[in-house]
Amino acid sequence: MAQFILPPNSRIQPGAHHAAPAQALNTRTFKVYRWEPDKGENPRLDTYELDLDSCGPMVLDALVKIKNDIDPTLTFRRSCREGICGSCAMNIDGRNTLACTQAIDDIDGDVRIYPLPSMRVVKDLVPDMTHFYAQYASIRPWIRKQSPTPPDQEQLQSPEDREALDGLYECILCACCQTSCPSYWWNPDRYLGPAVLLQAYRWIADSRDEDTGARLDDLDDAFKLYRCHTIMNCASACPKGLNPAKAIAEIKRLMVARQ
Amino acid sequence: MSSDNRPLSPHLQVYRLPFTALTSISHRISGVLLAGGALMLVYWVVATAAGPTSYALASSIFASWPVQLLMLLWTFVLFYHLCNGIRHLFWDAGYGFELQTAQRSGQAVIVGAALLTGLAWFIALV
Repeated sequence: MAQFILPPNSRIQPGAHHAAPAQALNTRTFKVYRWEPDKGENPRLDTYELDLDSCGPMVLDALVKIKNDIDPTLTFRRSCREGICGSCAMNIDGRNTLACTQAIDDIDGDVRIYPLPSMRVVKDLVPDMTHFYAQYASIRPWIRKQSPTPPDQEQLQSPEDREALDGLYECILCACCQTSCPSYWWNPDRYLGPAVLLQAYRWIADSRDEDTGARLDDLDDAFKLYRCHTIMNCASACPKGLNPAKAIAEIKRLMVARQ
Repeated sequence: MSSDNRPLSPHLQVYRLPFTALTSISHRISGVLLAGGALMLVYWVVATAAGPTSYALASSIFASWPVQLLMLLWTFVLFYHLCNGIRHLFWDAGYGFELQTAQRSGQAVIVGAALLTGLAWFIALV
């Protein structure tokens, strides 16, 4: 059942205010979601005024600056800082994206930063991804063969068959789309969500995979697949410009076609 | 560290819903409103069957301006739901998933619903 309101322990309180240094000319306000597991308090929204003249251009640079200069306890995931690892996925300015590829200048007004939506928070901007990864594992995301695989050579694929994977293989599993989806917010336990379904289609579409029937059987479920209502938040959110809604529609079409 | 007290991160409270999400939730809301409108239709049919007095009462209710305004809204909601339903049929057939196309089709649905509402009332009143 959909829970539109946050549970009492999750409601956000006003937080601390960290003013910019007096000599700063080019300041910007960042409002960052904070929650510390050891304190037994509700989450809060801390305000940081940063001097952009001594800060890199991306939102991730601002977070790193806060952690280095103001508050070393600020916790977030990051690694590659170039949009390929997917670690720094978070909700910035009301939409999910990667902090490392989101320019501060592209945001109007205060920069609001929250963890990925409707996830259990481990600390500050770090959500618990366990369930998401378990859902990904549940589709058994690898080439499944019926016929024996050649022991001494690659499994070849024509350029055309390889092209069928464009727009699918680029997914970095950052969960921006997954946690942008209202259907996933309301049914995270039973709906697989856009990222996992895009991955499911990525293996269905692969010419080398020979288990399409079983894959479709697994997905043929009122909740696993059919909670997608083409809201298209997924495609709007994807930092790699992919379109999970379209991949899900392709799965639905295959379901109809095989009847 | 206990993991039971972990808060749920904010969702609806902070998400800026894209235009496609707004047309999606409007589709649901319009469906609910249409169910209410259908009750009015049933009342009118029952009043017609019940005899001249109840029909006259129903007619006077339907002719009052608040109900006329409601009917105008209902007509728009009906055409919105219809046009957006057709948009969903295209999606079901696998067309129109590019973000820009989806935004354009959403705008077209709203404009189409407004035009059809105007046309229906023009035919009804003239």
